[in-house]
Amino acid sequence: MLSYIGRSCQLAPALKGSVQAVASGLKNAAPVTTQVRYAHSDIQVPDFSAYRRSDVQDPRTKSGESAASRTAFTYMLVGGGTVSGIYAAKSIVTEFISSMAASADVLALAKIEIKMDDIPEGKSITFQWRGKPLFVRHRTDDEIATEGAVDVASLRDPETDEQRCPDSKWLVVLGVCTHLGCVPIADAGDFGGYYCPCHGSHYDGAGRIRKGPAPLNLEIPPYEFQGDLLVVG
Amino acid sequence: MAAPIRKSHPLFSIANGALVDLPTPANISTLWNFGSLLGLCLVVQIATGLFLAMHYTADITLAFSSVAHICRDVNYGWLLRATHANGASFFFICLYSHIGRGIYYGSFLYMHTWSVGVIILFLVIATAFLGYVLPWGQMSFWGATVITNLMSAIPFLGTDLVQWIWGGFAVHNATLTRFFTFHFLLPFIVAAATMVHILFLHQTGSNNPLGVSSQLEKVPFHPYFSFKDIVGFMVMLMALILLTLLNPYLLGDPDNFIPANPLVTPAHIQPEWYFLFAYAILRSIPNKLGGVIALVMSVAILFVLPFTHKAKFRSLSFYPLNQFMFWTLVTIVVLLTWIGARKVEDPYILTGQILTGAYFLFYLINPLTLLIWDKLMD
Repeated sequence: MLSYIGRSCQLAPALKGSVQAVASGLKNAAPVTTQVRYAHSDIQVPDFSAYRRSDVQDPRTKSGESAASRTAFTYMLVGGGTVSGIYAAKSIVTEFISSMAASADVLALAKIEIKMDDIPEGKSITFQWRGKPLFVRHRTDDEIATEGAVDVASLRDPETDEQRCPDSKWLVVLGVCTHLGCVPIADAGDFGGYYCPCHGSHYDGAGRIRKGPAPLNLEIPPYEFQGDLLVVG
Repeated sequence: MAAPIRKSHPLFSIANGALVDLPTPANISTLWNFGSLLGLCLVVQIATGLFLAMHYTADITLAFSSVAHICRDVNYGWLLRATHANGASFFFICLYSHIGRGIYYGSFLYMHTWSVGVIILFLVIATAFLGYVLPWGQMSFWGATVITNLMSAIPFLGTDLVQWIWGGFAVHNATLTRFFTFHFLLPFIVAAATMVHILFLHQTGSNNPLGVSSQLEKVPFHPYFSFKDIVGFMVMLMALILLTLLNPYLLGDPDNFIPANPLVTPAHIQPEWYFLFAYAILRSIPNKLGGVIALVMSVAILFVLPFTHKAKFRSLSFYPLNQFMFWTLVTIVVLLTWIGARKVEDPYILTGQILTGAYFLFYLINPLTLLIWDKLMD
């Protein structure tokens, strides 16, 4: 740009001279530019006062005096804009990612209610809960006594019957074998509970692994009793 | 001294050449923002579309309810859907502004850039049409039926071609699934075509409002136009957000809240606003094949522009009469948009026909007026 020519070192004394002339000759005049262009034409330096901040409208004031406040204002704007931008970006990313999370209809089926009166004593009924089979067993007194007498220390996944069945009458477990995910068969196996036909895992009447390759007891979902309803989830 | 990494790195140097050190005319106006805004629109549409596609089902028994499921059940699904639908409108606002700038300032003289641009326009038109069918509302179904039936106007092959497109004897499940496939695919082709468009543009550099060579007055793209483009992004995003959050169905059709019924045609079939001018042109020609040709030509005539420019100056900046004619063209397109939404009855039929004639006449009269003006000024 041609204006830079006027700022070169060789021309500095001449430049200073012209600034002096402007300063002394036009003390009370309207603000004028002190920039001089050594262009081979009649190009007029445009008036940039519309773009200047009020602190530096007058070219005779020292810009260093208002530098701190002007810088602070700029930094505030940039800082505020950055914070807003980060918040907006975070919101957008959150919105996209959470759209992939469970939707309201899936969450609505996350809880099921089961009428306990529909399950006679000694029977195990299978329901669907969160896409998986749920075994609900109405245990007899004999079954409760048998499971309560088991030596917990000998179990692969030691858990007492009381831990697994807060209400001893009811066993609520997920019907998913902890070996590789097959659905065990109710009232089958050597321990009066469940038997997984895929690889021969035997579970007892409290859903604990007793024989076979499965590493853990059948999973117990969160549930509670509300009157005559069993609410799972 | 070693060159900065942005210039020496094989990958960064490509980005540098397009976004940082690109020599740009110093005097390009806000109308030059629409190119980058179109890129932003494409990104928004692809991002929202991708996440919508995770929840949408392209089956005629499930499509409508899957869109309802998105709006009601999916976290922020309502926002994704509304942004995608209104984003399409903004895409066309930017497209028409971008093309208008090109016509006014003679940017079409960059023939390769212009031709690829018209191809991109056709691709986006196709994408928008296919996308509108997906919700499987009444307007989706009947819009698909009407527009695909246009193909039957083609002599000899027409009927077979239409049934091949449908994948059956009417718009049905096969049509919906393939429309979803192509709606998903085309935006990526648009993205590739956009890169080709920019490649050609960067062979010549951008045009400018004066239409004269800007070789003596270039500035680097960054920071001047990078920041200017960012301001443009903020303005457009603000407008998109306001529309999406305050009145998301303003530009939509109430009939699309009714599930598609192949046995009942709605009283007033019409496309979305951005197709109405072309729809009016289609309906203005009493002949079926003629109407189809006029519809295609209403967009394809843009290909012809570079060959009709014989004026001394590139842009219309120095041609006041042609400026008036340009704005008359804009008015004609706006009026055709209005006509496209009206019933096919008097006085709209004749009005539409006159406006159609005027629309095509512009492309003939404009270059002639430029020539005459040059001769007068000589």
